[in-house]
Amino acid sequence: MLLAEQVLNGLQYGMMLFLMAAGLTLVFGVMGLINLAHGSLYMAGAFACAAVAAATGSFWLGLAASLAAAAALGALVEVVVIRRLYARDHLDQVLATFALILVFSEGTRWLFGSFPLYLSLPPVLSGAVTLPGGLVYPAFRLAIIAIGALVAVGLFWLIGRTRLGIRIRAGEADREMIAALGVDIARLYTLVFALGAALAGLAGALVGSVQSVQVGMGEPVLILAFVTVVIGGIGSIKGALVGALLVGMTDTLGKALLPTFFAGFMEASAATSVGSALASMLIYVLMAVVLVVRPTGLYGARA
Amino acid sequence: MRFTGALPNAAIFVALVAVAVVADRSGNPYIVTLATKVAIFGLAGVGLNLALGYGGLVSFGHAAFFGLGGYVTAILASHAASATPVATVPFTMMGTNEMLAIWPVALLVSGLAALVIGALSLRTTGVYFIMVTLAFAQMLYYFAVSWPAYGGEDGLSFYVRNSFPGANIFAPLQFFAICAAALGVTMILVALLTQSRFGLALRAAKQNEARVIASGVRPFALRLTAFVLSGMVAGLAGALFADLNRFVSPAMLSWHMSGEIMVFVILGGVGRLAGPIAGAAVFIALEYLLGPVSDHWQALLGLLLILIVLFAPGGLMGLALRGRHG
Repeated sequence: MLLAEQVLNGLQYGMMLFLMAAGLTLVFGVMGLINLAHGSLYMAGAFACAAVAAATGSFWLGLAASLAAAAALGALVEVVVIRRLYARDHLDQVLATFALILVFSEGTRWLFGSFPLYLSLPPVLSGAVTLPGGLVYPAFRLAIIAIGALVAVGLFWLIGRTRLGIRIRAGEADREMIAALGVDIARLYTLVFALGAALAGLAGALVGSVQSVQVGMGEPVLILAFVTVVIGGIGSIKGALVGALLVGMTDTLGKALLPTFFAGFMEASAATSVGSALASMLIYVLMAVVLVVRPTGLYGARA
Repeated sequence: MRFTGALPNAAIFVALVAVAVVADRSGNPYIVTLATKVAIFGLAGVGLNLALGYGGLVSFGHAAFFGLGGYVTAILASHAASATPVATVPFTMMGTNEMLAIWPVALLVSGLAALVIGALSLRTTGVYFIMVTLAFAQMLYYFAVSWPAYGGEDGLSFYVRNSFPGANIFAPLQFFAICAAALGVTMILVALLTQSRFGLALRAAKQNEARVIASGVRPFALRLTAFVLSGMVAGLAGALFADLNRFVSPAMLSWHMSGEIMVFVILGGVGRLAGPIAGAAVFIALEYLLGPVSDHWQALLGLLLILIVLFAPGGLMGLALRGRHG
């Protein structure tokens, strides 16, 4: 029973990571850009949700605002800064987007202050649900899993079945050719970037509702999202989904099980510290192993 | 060494020393400490530049080596203070508070870490290399956070700065002199190294890997050597940084630290010998000058960095020496 709960926690964590990683991997894959500021868009989504929910009293309006605000901010940043970086090497991209983090973090601190904000959940989702088998689980965490699954299905449909998806895949394969065929590549890139930003903003709002909304909340998630993208293979939505679930499960189950495992043959306090030390390193070990075996990730085609 | 290359680099180093000496003579020990910080961060940057600027290896995990050097120093010093052995297996190793004894250990530990991390990471290229180096640094970071023996999340402090033969290390200028000497010697070694056959082959491998392979040189061995040397220099800088603060914490291993070291290199000018010193100097001067003016000085720093990336891709030294190479 405890294990089933941890598996659900891992699934929920994985779905949240997928929302982050999907945008990163699209931007990586289509534009060849490393965007360290993706975590700032996540933070922006969370703050927009908190501000609008506090002003209107409606969590749902806040959630819509997180999507809109992150997408708008993403589009703005893309037009002003990011699009000048596509032709640059990764080094310039890392530095410029690192600088964007500084600007966004300080900007947010200036607007909202340093104290964490808290969101209250709508009554429908604030309780717990009894699942078949008798497991009681928070409704909101189930909702995150459902939203993640919906977004995954939506993205596969968008990329695989729609005209926009065809253009995105074509832009990934041969930028000059689709520009020659009359596609406005600059607008396409802005659109892809805003789409990724919106997903990050949504993830930020959802996680901010469970935890707290504060400056710097995006950075740990950003690193995990990178790990996810690299494990899955850059540019692959499928890889992002598999990677996210793998990272979510490994982290959650590692933290739940490793201390118990070491307690089997060690003294209790030592087992807890060794177990938790190893558990927090586990996903990085996973990533290192995946990259040593498959240097371009599970579903990656190129470096 | 070509004269045009050597002159600006030497000028930056001399300027740093001059600032420290003048500040000390005019009774501003705080400025001397800032100059010491510039020397230490500059040293870490010179180390990273060896891999990043000359080898084209964009490591986003150099905080690992910087932090390891720092932890080696703090661990040896704290064991020396409590007179307990650091390890009893395979042989009894006591702590020490002699810098000259600590540095070789710091160099060895960070070099070994760089050997392992480099050997695994160099299997990948491009974005994957950036991310896998980051992942290894994060592993060490989380290990330091959750391993309670040496302070865990709270870090580890030691009360007396380690000693150096013949120096009064409590005098800010004398500690600065030690750091500046380490920086100067390293710069000369890096300059010699980059002009050597090894350095030329390393740069050639960055520009055109296929040609280097065709002329019978294995890029992997070149790059791994550069990565290890680069990690060792960062480790030495970390050891000095620990002594400056008499404190280490997992923050020295964090990805923010890796990012900052990278900022020093890029801000100053990638592949320029004294670039990281210029970069670190500007970074620390901005922190010092803008910090009191506005709590949000990092936002201004961010804007400045974006402008430099967009409009001055060669960094500050590239801007100052426009049209010249060095």
